[in-house]
Amino acid sequence: MPDQDSGEIRSVDAMLDSDLDSVDTAETETLKIAEQLGFEEEDLHKIGMAVRECMVNAVVHGNRYNARKKVHFQVLKGPDRMTIVIRDEGEGFELQSLPDPLAEENLLRQSGRGLLLIQAFMDDVRIERLEPRGTEVRMTKSLATAS
Amino acid sequence: MSVKLSTRQVGDVTVIDAVGRITLGEGASTFRDAIRDLAAKGDKKLLLNLSEVSYIDSSGIGELVSGFTTVTNHGGQLKLVGLTKRVKDLLQITKLYTIFDVYDTETSAVRSFA
Repeated sequence: MPDQDSGEIRSVDAMLDSDLDSVDTAETETLKIAEQLGFEEEDLHKIGMAVRECMVNAVVHGNRYNARKKVHFQVLKGPDRMTIVIRDEGEGFELQSLPDPLAEENLLRQSGRGLLLIQAFMDDVRIERLEPRGTEVRMTKSLATAS
Repeated sequence: MSVKLSTRQVGDVTVIDAVGRITLGEGASTFRDAIRDLAAKGDKKLLLNLSEVSYIDSSGIGELVSGFTTVTNHGGQLKLVGLTKRVKDLLQITKLYTIFDVYDTETSAVRSFA
């Protein structure tokens, strides 16, 4: 079914458990579609990594491995791009409240780099706090800008 | 496959050869435990060979940073050698190239500890 906003076709629409197996599942499903679209190896790596990071955020930081919470995972396919939507059922967060992982005083922090990598690897990343709870990340990679 | 680690001595430098993936879960914890053990044992000159590491995620990067801090706090040094292009890119994106001592060859890395 075409997505109302973008005209992209919804290729995957799944509710995944809040565990690390779901991270692998989401990466595998995304890469199948990315390959079909013709993304080359380096971009497959970037897309796969962005999905992994986003899924880890959803499972670990969003849903906190809570078995009663799900991660809503969608892949939308257009002729020259793909969009991945990952939505958790966690408490949500304010983007501005996250420490800047590139600030000198934060370089030696153990965590907090996932979003930076997602933004580095995808063309467009939108993060929305949902009501009453949850976070949605919508990220797009275009063939035209692929390396 | 998660990461497999083995160690060998080159003079007074302990080289840690890593093979596989350093990612959230088993890979990252294996790596963390190994570095902590070596630091606790008193090894001061540690060289991490990443030439056979195919994948590192942000958790793996976190473990590299944590390992660096652990070794430094024990009065030692942790340096890196054999980074693939992808791992180099990650260190550049995260600005960790400014933190780690990175070498292209084991010979130059070992010599740098002297």
